[in-house]
Amino acid sequence: MNVNQSAPPVPPFGQNQPIYPGYHQSSYGGQPGPAVAATPYGAYNGPVPGYQQIPPQGVPRAPPSSGVPPASTMQAPCGQTAYGQFGQGDIQNGPSSTAQMQRLQGSQQFGSPLAPVVSQPAVLQPYGPPPTSTQVTAQLAGMQISGAVSQAPPSSGLGYGPPTSLASASGSFPNSGPYGSYPQSQAPPLSQAQGHPGVQPPLRSAPPLASSFTSPASGGPRMPSMTGPLPPGQGFGSLPVSQPNHVSSTPAHALPPGTQMTGPPGPPPPMHSPQQPGYQLQQNGSFGPARGPQPNYESPYPGTPTFGSQPGPPQPLPPKRLDPDAIPSPIQVIEDDRNNRGSEPFVTGVRGQVPPLVTTNFLVKDQGNASPRYIRCTSYNIPCTADMAKQAQVPLAAVIKPLARLPPEEASPYVVDHGESGPLRCNRCKAYMCPLMTFIEGGRRFQCSFCSCINDVPPQYFQHLDHTGKRVDAYDRPELSLGSYEFLATVDYCKNNKFPSPPAFIFMIDVSYNAIRTGLVRLLCEELKSLLDYLPREGGAEESAIRVGFVTYNKVLHFYNVKSSLAQPQMMVVSDVADMFVPLLDGFLVNVKESRAVITSLLDKIPEMFADTRETETVFAPVIQAGMEALKAAECAGKLFLFHTSLPIAEAPGKLKNRDDRKLLNTDKEKTLFQPQTGAYQTLAKECVAQGCCVDLFLFPNQYVDVATLSVVPQLTGGSVYKYACFQVENDQERFLSDLRRDVQKVVGFDAVMRVRTSTGIRAVDFFGAFYMSNTTDVELAGLDEDKTVTVEFKHDDRLNEESGALLQCALLYTSCAGQRRLRIHNLALNCCTQLADLYRNCETDTLINYMAKFAYRGVVNSPVKTVRDTLITQCAQILACYRKNCASPSSAGQLILPECMKLLPVYLNCVLKSDVLQPGAEVTTDDRAYVRQLVSSMDVAETNVFFYPRLLPLTKSPIDSTSEPPAVRASEERLSSGDIYLLENGLNLFVWVGASVQQGVVQSLFNVSSFSQITSGLSVLPVLDNPLSKKVRGLIDSLRAQRMRYMKLIVVKQEDKLEMLFKHFLVEDKSLSGGASYVDFLCHMHKEIRQLLS
Amino acid sequence: MATYLEFIQQNEERDGVRFSWNVWPSSRLEATRMVVPLACLLTPLKERPDLPPVQYEPVLCSRPTCKAILNPLCQVDYRAKLWACNFCFQRNQFPPAYTGISEVNQPAELMPQFSTIEYMIQRGARSPLIFLYVVDTCLEEDDLQALKESLQMSLSLLPPDALVGLITFGRMVQVHELSCEGISKSYVFRGTKDLTAKQIQDMLGLTKSAMPMQQARPAQPQEQPFVSSRFLQPVHKIDMNLTDLLGELQRDPWPVTQGKRPLRSTGVALSIAVGLLEGTFPNTGARIMLFTGGPPTQGPGMVVGDELKTPIRSWHDIEKDNARFMKKATKHYEMLANRTATNGHCIDIYACALDQTGLLEMKCCPNLTGGHMVMGDSFNTSLFKQTFQRIFSKDFNGDFRMAFGATLEVKTSRELKIAGAIGPCVSLNVKGPCVSENELGVGGTSQWKICGLDPTSTLGIYFEVVNQHNAPIPQGGRGAIQFVTQYQHSSTQKRIRVTTIARNWADAQSQLRHIEAAFDQEAAAVLMARLGVFRAESEEGPDVLRWLDRQLIRLCQKFGQYNKEDPTSFRLSDSFSLYPQFMFHLRRSPFLQVFNNSPDESSYYRHHFARQDLTQSLIMIQPILYSYSFHGPPEPVLLDSSSILADRILLMDTFFQIVIYLGETIAQWRKAGYQDMPEYENFKHLLQAPLDDAQEILQARFPMPRYINTEHGGSQARFLLSKVNPSQTHNNLYAWGQETGAPILTDDVSLQVFMDHLKKLAVSSAS
Repeated sequence: MNVNQSAPPVPPFGQNQPIYPGYHQSSYGGQPGPAVAATPYGAYNGPVPGYQQIPPQGVPRAPPSSGVPPASTMQAPCGQTAYGQFGQGDIQNGPSSTAQMQRLQGSQQFGSPLAPVVSQPAVLQPYGPPPTSTQVTAQLAGMQISGAVSQAPPSSGLGYGPPTSLASASGSFPNSGPYGSYPQSQAPPLSQAQGHPGVQPPLRSAPPLASSFTSPASGGPRMPSMTGPLPPGQGFGSLPVSQPNHVSSTPAHALPPGTQMTGPPGPPPPMHSPQQPGYQLQQNGSFGPARGPQPNYESPYPGTPTFGSQPGPPQPLPPKRLDPDAIPSPIQVIEDDRNNRGSEPFVTGVRGQVPPLVTTNFLVKDQGNASPRYIRCTSYNIPCTADMAKQAQVPLAAVIKPLARLPPEEASPYVVDHGESGPLRCNRCKAYMCPLMTFIEGGRRFQCSFCSCINDVPPQYFQHLDHTGKRVDAYDRPELSLGSYEFLATVDYCKNNKFPSPPAFIFMIDVSYNAIRTGLVRLLCEELKSLLDYLPREGGAEESAIRVGFVTYNKVLHFYNVKSSLAQPQMMVVSDVADMFVPLLDGFLVNVKESRAVITSLLDKIPEMFADTRETETVFAPVIQAGMEALKAAECAGKLFLFHTSLPIAEAPGKLKNRDDRKLLNTDKEKTLFQPQTGAYQTLAKECVAQGCCVDLFLFPNQYVDVATLSVVPQLTGGSVYKYACFQVENDQERFLSDLRRDVQKVVGFDAVMRVRTSTGIRAVDFFGAFYMSNTTDVELAGLDEDKTVTVEFKHDDRLNEESGALLQCALLYTSCAGQRRLRIHNLALNCCTQLADLYRNCETDTLINYMAKFAYRGVVNSPVKTVRDTLITQCAQILACYRKNCASPSSAGQLILPECMKLLPVYLNCVLKSDVLQPGAEVTTDDRAYVRQLVSSMDVAETNVFFYPRLLPLTKSPIDSTSEPPAVRASEERLSSGDIYLLENGLNLFVWVGASVQQGVVQSLFNVSSFSQITSGLSVLPVLDNPLSKKVRGLIDSLRAQRMRYMKLIVVKQEDKLEMLFKHFLVEDKSLSGGASYVDFLCHMHKEIRQLLS
Repeated sequence: MATYLEFIQQNEERDGVRFSWNVWPSSRLEATRMVVPLACLLTPLKERPDLPPVQYEPVLCSRPTCKAILNPLCQVDYRAKLWACNFCFQRNQFPPAYTGISEVNQPAELMPQFSTIEYMIQRGARSPLIFLYVVDTCLEEDDLQALKESLQMSLSLLPPDALVGLITFGRMVQVHELSCEGISKSYVFRGTKDLTAKQIQDMLGLTKSAMPMQQARPAQPQEQPFVSSRFLQPVHKIDMNLTDLLGELQRDPWPVTQGKRPLRSTGVALSIAVGLLEGTFPNTGARIMLFTGGPPTQGPGMVVGDELKTPIRSWHDIEKDNARFMKKATKHYEMLANRTATNGHCIDIYACALDQTGLLEMKCCPNLTGGHMVMGDSFNTSLFKQTFQRIFSKDFNGDFRMAFGATLEVKTSRELKIAGAIGPCVSLNVKGPCVSENELGVGGTSQWKICGLDPTSTLGIYFEVVNQHNAPIPQGGRGAIQFVTQYQHSSTQKRIRVTTIARNWADAQSQLRHIEAAFDQEAAAVLMARLGVFRAESEEGPDVLRWLDRQLIRLCQKFGQYNKEDPTSFRLSDSFSLYPQFMFHLRRSPFLQVFNNSPDESSYYRHHFARQDLTQSLIMIQPILYSYSFHGPPEPVLLDSSSILADRILLMDTFFQIVIYLGETIAQWRKAGYQDMPEYENFKHLLQAPLDDAQEILQARFPMPRYINTEHGGSQARFLLSKVNPSQTHNNLYAWGQETGAPILTDDVSLQVFMDHLKKLAVSSAS
């Protein structure tokens, strides 16, 4: 907390404060006079009032009763605890509870008080009574929940009853009114709730906290508490927090949501005053550290500026704060999905099923639709008409990963060989035979389900139909029963009507001074010697069919003849870089096994030969050109592995100049930083694609290298870019080698063309990813590996039919690593709906974010960043507003109601908006942005998910002997306890954060030093120690690394250390230094936007 | 006459000079009427085992425009220590070192027997010889193997401190770096792109290191050898490396599809070789040795496309202007040749292929730089192997016979001017008072550069008598000519050979007899032939023949003795008697006749004709025929079909071929195996005799001639039949009696017909 406070750059604060001046003061102080405070913030008013009212009761959380007494009481039963706080204004879905509820009900409405917790702290000061507020919130929550239950349980989305209720509590009350009725129904929960209390007692026992709490409480001015993790604040805030936790910890899960909720709040109103303190204490105890949020308060404001457009918020929002615990928690959602869907296999037989989240481990059984590992959609229920789609603004997109790697338990796609006639296809639309086709006329014909064309079944393919109209052999043929399978392609599918030769890998190594000096070349050559044994091979093949070649370069290129018959390798220097060509054919690309001795000798000699080089200039485009020409000469597809260190300034085509200019940030010209300097690389990329030459680029820059330009070719050829800034062998060796190994070994298809066919009514209109398109339908990929993902956007061009649904067929024609030409087909059938509610009920937020991020990241090349951000916010608001308007049960306008499936949309979207590309901090270089930009463009859903919302795992919380991963916590500083150690990862980075007051024993067993102060900050390796904790942590790190596409470099960060700034950057729920809004603030902002749209 | 013959021979042996006229007509007008110009064949480095070089520097005439070298013809005032230049009459002081001279103590250059003298210059940096191999890799496997072996062998023949370099080419051009250990390294260039010398040097990294050094230490340009050492290394250092490198040399790895020629970048390879030396060792003795097995098929200098269905140009195509690449290619190679000559390097071409290899286009490279041109069928023949070996032959001193970077300067006394030179040289464009405005051959200069030469390299040098008729030369006056050849000896020393000769003037009106008697018909024939061949390079064949004929007729008119309009009365004196016959054979020679020769062959023959000494040239013009029989020792016989007899063995030497021909009977005997019967041992000896003689010729000849062993009726007998005078043909078979000879199936005129015709024309007053 302190940190946060201190951290926020003074200026922003200052600014912010002015804007929200009312916040603390008014809201908190104002509680009593809620009206006043409330007014300023229309949006939040709701909550505020609640608070204010609540305050009176001040005492325990339940107490909120003051303002809402009746209601509160009523509600209390319902998961007060969880939402109690929220009660104020916005209603949030109790993190955990909501999730569960959703699952159960499909859609729940949570009156989630927005400001709850946060505000509380503030409130506290003003009110001694803060507790009351919590109660109120609780009540509200309860009511809403109940409402949900009673109301239209079916309602798809979660309703957040935004505490917004007009200014004062009074406003909120009205809301409560309606709920009031529900409460009753929920009454039963009360009992449960009570039960909880019973259970919880132990918590209460945590006296110390209590004491502290009290003190703050007493000190009416709780402000101070805010700063510190003061119990008081916590008390209030904690309530909510605790609840979720409680929930999770308690068996409550099983209980109906309502009950769970109630559980914690259990302390029914009556109890409130007395109990509350205890409660709080307890909560504090449990969450004590978590309290952090308070600081957030302030920060959020500062954060606000981020909403450039919004600055308007001038409305003196009620000082209230949303309780971070009250707003939808990604952690909870993920956890719930894991618990609910992780156990059973996902069977793809049914059309339009929403698969489990990417974060859930599940098995897939292919019964006619492609596994979600191959295709994920933003929605599995597509509006029937373009109008509906337009209204909802929900992008219709599929994230396709055609060559995704499957877990060992799942079978990889069967290969179907239709012989010389080749795969059976629809005559009109050329769709491939798939389970979606309908056989008619006794099996003599089939109707294409994509274009409705009726085709004859060729005689050799004929088979009788059974009584259901299915072919008798349906289950013998993968193409009739599975969602994903492969065809062997005939020669018609090959370039020049010739079966391809096996592909080749060419390693192109920068040997300029920089590369030599850092030891890169030596390291790389050493590694290649062994790595060449692990080239990808097909199926059970003994050895890889892939041939390899070597090139080194600085200002000129050196090719190597490593023909097996030679006693020693031969080097051929090509200095005519202006007009690149390949100097040799025979002996350049060789079989590793045959030429092993020569290759080894070469790799030994390369570092020696250039050991004394003084050449600092490099070329770049000619290198790629050379590789491409080599493949062309050898008449095969392949991949270039480029290891490059510096800006190519040598006189040659593709020469670049340093154009990095920070002054361009936030100007209209900012976009030029993302654009390539010269068109030469696009032209080159085009040639590469035509040749099936994929380029993987490993960059080792010491300074600006213009990633935006250098990555053009990898990007367009389906390659990857890896960047190791300031490469040092000691520090980066493991990361680089690990990436390299993975990159070399991974399965990859070459010279691929991907075509997405859809049934009549929708059409693939836009594609995102690393590839090249020469027309509007064919995605051309010089190379496509198992990690590469293509996001496809669909638009309506006609009405869809609810009956037949919407069908997708993704066909990928590629050359396998053994040189076999194949077609991989993925089929997916989606539902269509005429009710918007159905759409919102079948959405996948993670996929949505994947699409939106790619869309936005592509946008920055053409539009100012700010425009892109605004567009995102607007779209998000529209989506949610549409839901609110059309699907949610009627409720106060002040309520923020989110669809269950999209309740994380705001938090994730905020993460996207705050990302380095869209809102770079001062330390983010132009290259970094370009790098991330291209990286994201081919990420799959799982990657974007963790990339934008990093995982934060407490390492010291769970018992050492537990084998499972510790439960994640939300990415916010207030969740960190200085007595613990945390691990944070986002797919690229890995941090271990060490709290300042971690037990010495823990420090000793993990770092092998005796005290916190002795831990080296920035440490990148944990010492290998023989104790359970160390083993467990290292094991965890290893397993995390294994899950990710790229090796994550570890950085040990100490609390209060300089490096912590770096770490905090990833605490995405907090306000960021670069001005990104905190989650809470963003949610408020979003709410406001929605309200504007609705009014 | 005998005296003149002796005089001529003596002069040739001492000075390496043969003049067409050994007494000179004293006026311009008379000289023109002599028909055969006053000219000489000069062999600048004629081997003189008896002539050790003197170890000091020559004394020059102090007149800046003269700078003639002190010679035995100069008048010396021993007392005043003065000498008078015999060309400009400038009186010069002897340098201090000559203070001791007197009538009895003369320096060598004043002694009459030292009309030719060689000075050895000690000063100046010595740079090692350079041999740059440019090797075609588009060869058949066994050809390449043979070539590789030859090259490896050659390493042992090179002077140990010589620098060698290796460039290989096929579709690409590779410049091999020789200094690297463990890994062989080469710079590769695209075979289709012409590069400037600057670009080549940039790309080879030659300029880059030099530039900063110059900037850093402008005063020390000594770095050059170091810079280039990556590509040119002393043999003794890297012969192992290079042997391995050559051993690993692969055939050009680029696939050649059916119906195509391999892509061969000869033009670029040469250009790079030239550029490499130009940048690193200008004006140092260097040999670029191009080994090629086929025509250039791509890039600048390409001679034919890679489609096999398009044959390489023939004379027919050239006449029809159908050789689409010829002009451009020729221009490319000319440009290279000129650059090379400017740098003082020479280019050899060793072309071995059954088809043409583009020598026509490339001929200027060796022609202008004094390089060798060798043509063979395959690298896997002794013809190539031995020829190549002979390049590195050594003289009596154990020095290589080759010399480099020579400059030949000619000075004449004022009655003469220099009209030009024909030989393996380029003009240095040095104008001077003794340069004539009329050009014969390469003229307009008094100095030529001969980048590569050996003891047999011979130039034809043409003069013009400028003395006016009305300014008679005083009785006893002599004309003098001084040839000064500065060159780099193979031991890397710089040497200067000076030959000063003088001849008497004679008034053509009164002393025609003298002039006539001093005519050297052999030299004249060769000199005229050179002129003819020189013209043939740029003119239509028939025009040249007509010109030759006209010259011959005019000569006969001038010096023949006859009665007007009476052919039978026509007589020529002994000194002219053979001349018409030379001309007859010259007309039939491959130097002027392109029929039955490919353009490459013509270029090859002409190349050698323009550089061989008199004897060899004469053999080329009129092959020598020896006859072996049981009737006596071998005897030279007429090059005539009548010499082809059944019981003879003939040995013909055409310079380019050695033909052994067994007469019909001999062939039958041999077939019957008599030579293996002890009682017919004499037959065995008879069969062996021409073989031994042929071996003797083969040993000495460069380039190694094609050795043909054939017999009556053999297909290869055509080599003989095409050369002999067709005195008996199917047309006149019976007219000439039946007892001798073999009829030749040809419509060509025979020598008899030619002579009859010549006489007729000579005596006719109409011409």
